[in-house]
Amino acid sequence: MQVPETFDYERASNIDDAIALLERHGDEARLIAGGHSLLPMMKLRLAFPEVLIDINDVPDLDHIRIDGDEIAIGAMVRHAAILDSALLAEHYPIFRDAERVIADPLVRNRGTIGGSFCQADPAEDLSAVGAALGGSVVVRSSSGSRTVPMREFHEGPYETKVGDAEILTEVRFPIRNATGSAYEKVERRVGDWAVAAAGAFVQLDGDMIADAGIGLAAVGADHFIVPDAEAALRGKPAIRESFEEAAQLCHDQCSPVTDQRGPEDYKRHLARELVLRALTRATARARGEES
Amino acid sequence: MTATDVPISAEGNPIGFGRMHRKEDARFLRGAGKYVDDVTLPGMLHGAILRSPIAHARITSIDTSAAEAHPKVKAVITGQTLEGLGLAWMPTLSQDTQSVLCTDKVRFQGQEVAFVIAEDKYSARDALQLIDVDYEPLDAVVDAKHALDDDAPIVRDDLEGRTDNHIYDWEAGDATKCDEVFRNAEVVVTQEMLYPRVHPAPMETCGSVASMDPISGKLTIWTTTQAPHAHRTLYALVAGLPEHKIQVISPDIGGGFGNKVGIYPGYVCSIVGSIVTGKPVKWMEDRSENLMSTSFARDYHMTGSIAATRDGKIQGLKVDVLADHGAFNGVAQPTKFPAGFFHIFTGSYDYDAAHCNVTAVYTNKAPGGVAYACSFRVTEAVYLVERMVDCLADELGMDPAELRMNNLLKPEQFPYTTPTGWEYDSGDYPRALDEAMRIAGYDELRTEQAEKRRAYEAGESSMLMGIGISFFTEGVGAGPRKHMDILGLGMADGCELRIHPTGKAVVRLSVQSQGQGHETTFAQIISHELGIPPEDIDVVHGDTDNTPFGLGTYGSRSTPVSGAAAAVVARRVKDKSRIIAAAALECSPDDLEWEHGRWFVKGDPDNGKTIQDIAMAAHSSLELPEGVEGHLDATAVYDPPELTYPFGAYICVTDVDAGTGEVKVRRFIAVDDCGPRINPMIVEGQVHGGVADGIGMALMELIAFERDGTNLGGSFMDYLLPTSMECPSYELGETVTPSPHHPLGVKGVGESATVGSPAAVVNSVLDAIGVRAADMPLTPAVVWRAMQGSPLRMDLALE
Repeated sequence: MQVPETFDYERASNIDDAIALLERHGDEARLIAGGHSLLPMMKLRLAFPEVLIDINDVPDLDHIRIDGDEIAIGAMVRHAAILDSALLAEHYPIFRDAERVIADPLVRNRGTIGGSFCQADPAEDLSAVGAALGGSVVVRSSSGSRTVPMREFHEGPYETKVGDAEILTEVRFPIRNATGSAYEKVERRVGDWAVAAAGAFVQLDGDMIADAGIGLAAVGADHFIVPDAEAALRGKPAIRESFEEAAQLCHDQCSPVTDQRGPEDYKRHLARELVLRALTRATARARGEES
Repeated sequence: MTATDVPISAEGNPIGFGRMHRKEDARFLRGAGKYVDDVTLPGMLHGAILRSPIAHARITSIDTSAAEAHPKVKAVITGQTLEGLGLAWMPTLSQDTQSVLCTDKVRFQGQEVAFVIAEDKYSARDALQLIDVDYEPLDAVVDAKHALDDDAPIVRDDLEGRTDNHIYDWEAGDATKCDEVFRNAEVVVTQEMLYPRVHPAPMETCGSVASMDPISGKLTIWTTTQAPHAHRTLYALVAGLPEHKIQVISPDIGGGFGNKVGIYPGYVCSIVGSIVTGKPVKWMEDRSENLMSTSFARDYHMTGSIAATRDGKIQGLKVDVLADHGAFNGVAQPTKFPAGFFHIFTGSYDYDAAHCNVTAVYTNKAPGGVAYACSFRVTEAVYLVERMVDCLADELGMDPAELRMNNLLKPEQFPYTTPTGWEYDSGDYPRALDEAMRIAGYDELRTEQAEKRRAYEAGESSMLMGIGISFFTEGVGAGPRKHMDILGLGMADGCELRIHPTGKAVVRLSVQSQGQGHETTFAQIISHELGIPPEDIDVVHGDTDNTPFGLGTYGSRSTPVSGAAAAVVARRVKDKSRIIAAAALECSPDDLEWEHGRWFVKGDPDNGKTIQDIAMAAHSSLELPEGVEGHLDATAVYDPPELTYPFGAYICVTDVDAGTGEVKVRRFIAVDDCGPRINPMIVEGQVHGGVADGIGMALMELIAFERDGTNLGGSFMDYLLPTSMECPSYELGETVTPSPHHPLGVKGVGESATVGSPAAVVNSVLDAIGVRAADMPLTPAVVWRAMQGSPLRMDLALE
C-alpha cells in the first residue's frame, strides 16, 4: 500500500468557504476535486500538501448549460457527464471524442474539467480541446470573479493563471454556426496519457474555412496551440491540401520531447498525422457528413 | 471417459472430469478470500523497507537515530544488525548469494537498505524518511551488452576473486555438426532479437506476517509463496531454525506467475523483526516495490540463425544468448539447468543439428529472471524459434503456415529426441495447426490482407492487416528426481487422501494455488478416480503443518506432478476399497468390477457397494481379511518419470494503422493440446489469461532503465498491463494427445498461452507492416519506426 504523508483535511461547504479556507491555509493547501492527479502524486510522495480542501460539496459548479451565446461548464462537472452531454455532443462533438479516450470509466466518474484545466498537464486532453475551441475560463477569488481567455490560461506545464486563494469556477465556449470539431489521440494503451493528440475546430463559409482552431497535447506546443497553422487555414478552401499545410506547420512548430512513449520525430509525425485527421473529420462534421 | 459419460452429482457437478464452477469462486467473488494482508494478529507490528534510490553506490554511513526516536517506531534493522545474526546475505535458488539488507554497496535501484518496525504501517513509512543514508555513487552497468567490457564496473565485488560481471556460460547441442549444417545450407538467416525485461505484476504484491512464539520457539509465517514447503526448508537451512518449529502458511494468493517462488529480503526481515521485538510483524510491499525489486522475467538478448534449403526444408538452428540476470543470480530453476529449459529452443520442428550458447552476466538491475509463467525459459525459447521461422519464411518468400506445416514433426516421429536432448513423448502437430487454420479461416484472411495491402498502397486507407502464427512445444512438470532438484531438493510431490466414514474426503496437496483452481481440479481428479462427488472432497493446500512435502506450484507442474500424485493416491484407496468391498460382499476381490464409484459382483450389477458404503464399512466392525488395516486412506509421493510436452498452434490477426503505428488485436485463435481436460473451463481460463499476458508483452509491457540504472517501469502508469480493451474475444480449440506416462494423460497448461502467444502477436504485426524484425513491446512508436527502417531499442531510456 502506498500512503501519503500526513495532511489535514477541510471540507468546504460553498465557494466562499473554499476561498476563505485557501486564504487561511496559504500555499501549503491544495483543493481536491476528483483527486485523480493529486492523490497519486501524494501516494508516491511527490506532492505533500499540508492541507486538502475538499470542494466536492460546493454547490452550483456542476452545470452544462447554454448561457447567452456560450456554453458554460461548471468546474466540478465530471468527465463522465461531459461524455454523456447531448448539448456538448450537438455543438462540439470534440468533447465526446476526447472523453472516450480520457482514462477509464472509474477516473471519468470522479475527475473534473476544472481539475483537468488546473492540473495543466502538458499531455492533458481537455486542455487541448479547450485550446482548439477557444473561449474563456472564469476564476474567482474573495474580491470577485475574473475572466481569462482560454489561450492565456495555461502558462506552461503545470502552471495556470489561477493564483493563490483563487478557484476556477467555470469554463465557457462560444456557440457558433456551421462548425465541426474532432479529437484524435494515440495512446499506448487505453487509459494512458497521450503519446500525442490533436483537437480541431472548423467553421465553414460555404466551401471555405472561415475560422479554425487546433489544440495539441503532449507535443510541447505552447499553450497547446500552433497559431501559424490556424492562420494558414483561415480563408482557405476546406480541402486536403489546406489541411496538409496546417498539419505540416504543426509538425514543424511543436516541440515534443523524447521519452518512453516515443522519440521526438515520431511525435512530430503524429502531430501532423493527427491534425490532418482531426481537421478532415471536423470538416466532414461541419458539412453534416459525419456525426 | 468423455464429458457426456460423466455422471452428475446432486449439486449438478460432474463426478469426474468436466465443466463445473470453481469451488473457490464463492469466497473470491464475495470478497471473502483471506490473503496475507488480511492476517491480523494481536499486538502485530508493521514493517517497511527503506530502498536505495540509486542503482550502484557504496553506503558510507546509515544514521537511524531520528527514525528510532519516532514515537511509534519499535526497531530499525540494518545490514549491520543482520550481520550480527549471520543473515545479512542469503543464498539464492541458483547457488548465488543475495543481500538481505545492504552491508557494503547497493547494486540496483530499489535494493533493501533498512527495515523499520512501527506500531502502524503509516508510521513505518513515515519513519523511512527519517533514516539518513550517505551514498557514494558508482558507475552503473545497465546494458548487458557492455557488462563484459574491460572497463565495466564490477557489480559483485563481494564475491571472492571476482574481476568481471560474468556468471556462467552454458551450451547444449552439437556445435561442430551445427556449423557443418550451416556451412552447407542453401539459405541462412540470422536475426538479433531482444526478449525484454518484463514483470509478472501479480495483483497481490509480496508480503509476510511472521510470528515467533517466544515460549514454544515456534515460528509461524503467513507469506506469499508458491512453494511453502521449499521455503520452510530454506528458512531452516539459512536461519538455523529447527524445521519442525517452522510453519509456513500460504493462504489465498492473488497471483504468482513465478513472482512468488523465491525468498525475498522482506520475508527474512519480518522474521527477524518478530524475533527482535517479540511481536508478530507484518510486511507488505507496495506496487512500486513489487515492480522494482521482485523477480522480473526474461531480459534475453538473442542472436538466432536458421539454416534451410531453398525450397524450405529447415536444417539447423543456433542461437547465442546474452542473459541479463541483474545484480544477483536469483533465478529459480532446476540446478542442472542454469538457463532453465531454454535448450528446448528447437521447438516443434525437425532438424539435422542445433546448438545454443548462453552467457549470463550481472548488471545493476533487480535480480530474478525466471518468472511470468515462463516454464523455466521455454517462453524465450519458443519466441526465438517462432520468430526465426517467420524470418526464414520472409527470406524464402514462403507462406509462414506452409513453411511450418512442411517442417513440423510428424506424428510417426514420436517419441522424438531433439538435437539438444529432449525426448518428446507424443504429439500430433499438423493436426493442431490445421485446426487453428480452420478456425481462423486462414485462406480468407490472406485474401482480405491482400486487399487491405492494395488499398493501402493505392493511398485509399492507412489500415494494414497481419496474420501471425506461433507453434509451441513446452516441457513441463519438473521433474524427474534423477535430473531435477532445486537447492538439492528433488522435484517430487506428495499427496495424502483420507476418506471419512460417511464417504466424504479430504485430499492434502504439496502444491499451492495462486488462482489456478486447485481446490476444484484436484477434487475432480479424486472424483474421477473414486466416484465421490467433487463437492464432497475438501482440498487442503498451502500450510506446511497440514500437507505433505513437495516443491510447489510453478513451471506448470501442479497437474503433471501433484495431479499424478493425487491420481496415484486415489488408486491406492480404490485398491483398498476393493478388498473391503469384497469382504462386505463376501466374495473375492477378483470377482468385482468397478463403475461410477461402485464395486459390484461381475455378472450381478445389483449386488455391489458404493465407495460411500465401503468407507463406512472400512471404519466399522466389519471383519477384514488378514493383514488389511481398517480405515480408507493413503499417501503417495510422485516422482515423474519424464516431463510432459503440451503443445499448441496459435494464430493472431491484427489491424495496424500505418499512419500512427497503432495495433489492434482483432482475433486470437488458440488451439491447445494439454491432453485430457480435467475441467475445460479452468483450462480455458488459463489460456485466456496467458493470451492476455502475451498481448501485453508483445505490445506494451516493459521494464526499461535509464543509463544510470533508474527503473522506468516502477508503477502501473509506466508498466502497462493490457486491459479488456486491448484483448479480443478469444477463439479456442483443442486437440487431445494424452501423455503416455502420466496416470491421467494430462500435460499441464498453466503457462502454455503465455509461452506461445507473444510470437504470434509479433509475427502478426510484422506481417502487417512487411518488416522482418522489431523487438517487443510493439508500441505505436516502435511500429512506426520499424516501418521507417529505423528501429527503436526500448529497454534503455530513449534518447
